[in-house]
Amino acid sequence: MEIILTVNKQSRKVEVRPAETLLDLLRRLGYKSVKYGCGEGACGACTVIMDGRPVNSCLILAVTVDGREVTTVEDLGTIQKPHLLQSAFVESGAVQCGFCTPGMIMAAKALLDRNPSPSEDEIKEALDGNLCRCTGYVQIIEAVRLAARRMKAEKKKN
Amino acid sequence: MNSNPSIIGTSPKRVDAREKVTGSARYGQDLRMDGMLFARVKHAEYPHARIRSIKTARAKRLKGVAAVVTAADIPGNPAFGAIIIDNQPIAGDKVRYLGDAVAVVAAETEAIAERAVDLIEVKYEELPGVFDPREALKPDAPRIHEKGNLIVHHKTRKGDVGVGFGEADRIIERSYSTQRVEHAYIETEVVVAYLDPDGTLVIKGSHQNLFNIRSAVAGVLGLPLSKVRIIQASLGGSFGGKDDCMAVLGCRAGLLSLKTARPIMLSNSREDSLVESYKRHPYFLDYKVGVKDDGTITAMEINIVADGGAYASMTQFVTWRSVVHATGPYRVPHVKTDIYGAYTNNTYTGAFRGFGSPQITFAYESLMDEIAGELGMDPLQFRLKNVLRDNDVTATGQKLDHTVSVGEALEVTTRAAGWDEKRKKFPEENAGRIMKRGIGLACSYRGVALGAEGVDATGAIVRIHSDGSVDLTTGLSEMGQGLKTIFSQIVAAELGLPIEKIQYRETDTSTITDGGPTVASRSTIIGGSAVRKAAIAAREKLGAAAAEKLGAPPAKIIASDEKIMVKGDPVRAVSFREAATMALDAGMNLSSFAWHVSPPIWWNEEEGRGDAYFTYVYGCQIAEVEVDPETGRVNVLEVWAAHDVGKAINPETVRGQICGGVATAIGYGLLEEVEMVDGVTKTMNLDEYLIPTAMDVGKIHAIILENEDKYGPYGAKCVAEPTAELCAAAIANAVCHATGKRIRDLPLNLERIVLGHKLVKKKRRVR
Repeated sequence: MEIILTVNKQSRKVEVRPAETLLDLLRRLGYKSVKYGCGEGACGACTVIMDGRPVNSCLILAVTVDGREVTTVEDLGTIQKPHLLQSAFVESGAVQCGFCTPGMIMAAKALLDRNPSPSEDEIKEALDGNLCRCTGYVQIIEAVRLAARRMKAEKKKN
Repeated sequence: MNSNPSIIGTSPKRVDAREKVTGSARYGQDLRMDGMLFARVKHAEYPHARIRSIKTARAKRLKGVAAVVTAADIPGNPAFGAIIIDNQPIAGDKVRYLGDAVAVVAAETEAIAERAVDLIEVKYEELPGVFDPREALKPDAPRIHEKGNLIVHHKTRKGDVGVGFGEADRIIERSYSTQRVEHAYIETEVVVAYLDPDGTLVIKGSHQNLFNIRSAVAGVLGLPLSKVRIIQASLGGSFGGKDDCMAVLGCRAGLLSLKTARPIMLSNSREDSLVESYKRHPYFLDYKVGVKDDGTITAMEINIVADGGAYASMTQFVTWRSVVHATGPYRVPHVKTDIYGAYTNNTYTGAFRGFGSPQITFAYESLMDEIAGELGMDPLQFRLKNVLRDNDVTATGQKLDHTVSVGEALEVTTRAAGWDEKRKKFPEENAGRIMKRGIGLACSYRGVALGAEGVDATGAIVRIHSDGSVDLTTGLSEMGQGLKTIFSQIVAAELGLPIEKIQYRETDTSTITDGGPTVASRSTIIGGSAVRKAAIAAREKLGAAAAEKLGAPPAKIIASDEKIMVKGDPVRAVSFREAATMALDAGMNLSSFAWHVSPPIWWNEEEGRGDAYFTYVYGCQIAEVEVDPETGRVNVLEVWAAHDVGKAINPETVRGQICGGVATAIGYGLLEEVEMVDGVTKTMNLDEYLIPTAMDVGKIHAIILENEDKYGPYGAKCVAEPTAELCAAAIANAVCHATGKRIRDLPLNLERIVLGHKLVKKKRRVR
């Protein structure tokens, strides 16, 4: 069936199959940052922001996202012009293999959008659904704190 | 000619981070090619059975199916392996575990391939299985392989344990066991196989050890090595785990690509990965120790049985590392260690970060606390009395000729953690509180790189272009550990360039000769040495080319700040780019290949002794925990981890390795187990196989110790694996401190803490 959704501020009219997940759809549309890790919402590698909330795209059927707005890490920034969260991840050593990174950044983005000054415990809670096997999370948490500080400073400036 | 290596010991940004944070890095699952088919595997239906017949006709007739292959289609060797050639990418006469393939299908879509797999009919004659390695070694056990179930027996002999036990005031005997665990890299295994127009078979994917995989694929598919090209996609974690199982995928997809002349994608679901890919060896360990009343260890006798599962994989090497290190970093005058690796019909076991050390470290470090307890000594003081010091002799008879820093690691870590105070304070405070607090430590020594396992050598190519930019190529692979960054830093240091000028080329077996696998935490010390040599050779050429113009002998010329200049006279300089152009105009070759071979070592397998490794690293970790005796929950509040890395080329990367290793070991200690019942995997996805989340990892204090080693580049040794071998033991000791309960089996999950034994899922689940 045909649905219309907004991905990274672009409206897209797409034909979807009945059993297709949002993860499969996004990857089919070329948003390859959204990763398959478990297919059942346990790892968070497929995390995207849907209508302001972080979701596991592998748990959502594509047919149900008609009219919704989805954001992936591709929308945040580019190599030339990264988002503050992205540069904080780079500077804090929060990236090793990088496979969990897009989902992790989206979970962090959703947190900072609703809570610009999270405590360490709040960061850990917000990232609890995103597994990382490389870093032990320490530098990821530091990255989110650094980004929060910078995003607040930026907001003040504007 | 020299350089100014000021970038060594600093932490420039990772060279591969930007593409990873923007989502533009391309991993195996992101690959797509025109005309690409999707493969699925028909797995074994019994853990041990003879294959009577395979009917594929119905599957072949299904619309959209391009090919169905079985073992009969394999053109080369039926199996591959590191030493024992026993791993069959598609089973022929017999299946030996439920991850074996009996047929592989290629179809236009994954869904069609799935349907076709269901249409394949296989008739088996079920054979009795063996699921406990101790049972497998009994003479009447069912034979899994023709030559019997013993994969390997290694030993260590030093002195005479009879004499040593005679000198002891007490003999202490304890048994421990460790569980089967999964690497749980977040990216599951995937390959894309295709044929280049010249007939070369290319296998691109989530590879860790490209040259191992090339040998396996070439052997099984009957191709010369030059007709197989292995390319690494961005790798989503490996930890030792994407080696043999990637060779299996490469053989299966490669065979289908040869058959169909189309690109083939074969990717494992998480469930496939949990059943099929190899795990860390479960160990059963028996220790007998003689000790004097003053705390001096007189002898150790150790017996270990390792579960190798269905195929040998790295069992010989894993158990060898265990046999060398089994006593721990202690002076033991009399040693007798035996380790046996056995086949079972469980999922096979192989390399996993630590490689035979997390198991023994859990045992000997739990044991050291138990002995200290028997003697009424503080665990720290007992260790300090017995740890190896400079010029001491190890259990294998090796005299240590470098700085032996295990004592330093113990002292630094305990000081940072407030050890003395907390050991005293917590038991007193626990009397009045519900959540029991405890603190425990573990220390280790670890042989660096491959050791006497085999030849340890690798190469690097540094190419300087006419515009002064530089390409770097090695045969070693980035897995997330930061190899591209470390190697780029070394080239930048030696050429006097900013790191941005160095481009690390993706790892590809067609670009450089076989430099061994990216394992054993060997990359910085072996690979880094090769990279440094290649960079120095390239620099010497630039110096020679510029010497005449600068009017100074090459010995007086240095590379620094993107210039080739006279030392102490920076006005007499040419830009790096200019020097490169001058050298090329003079007909010089600005591509340097260098090869580095590790220093000589030896091992006498018959006598069980030798100089096993050319150098060692030392570390200590302390865990502070809180235990809820009602629920059995253990919270790791803080970890202090000190590791002697020789020299931290990039301290932030070292810290990343320490924190990551600690987290892996917390999972090993508290949460993780691939449960198998009669050969059937019960933990099928990451909702059942639990790895630590951000909530499970407490505060980690990474402490970097630096005792430079003469064999490492800039004195650097290694860091990756030692960080993962300590914390499970430290947690077990901390839990004992908190509750008084000694748990000798991993993991320390809720039921073991509360009930003292594990719960087993009984019901058989159909896959």
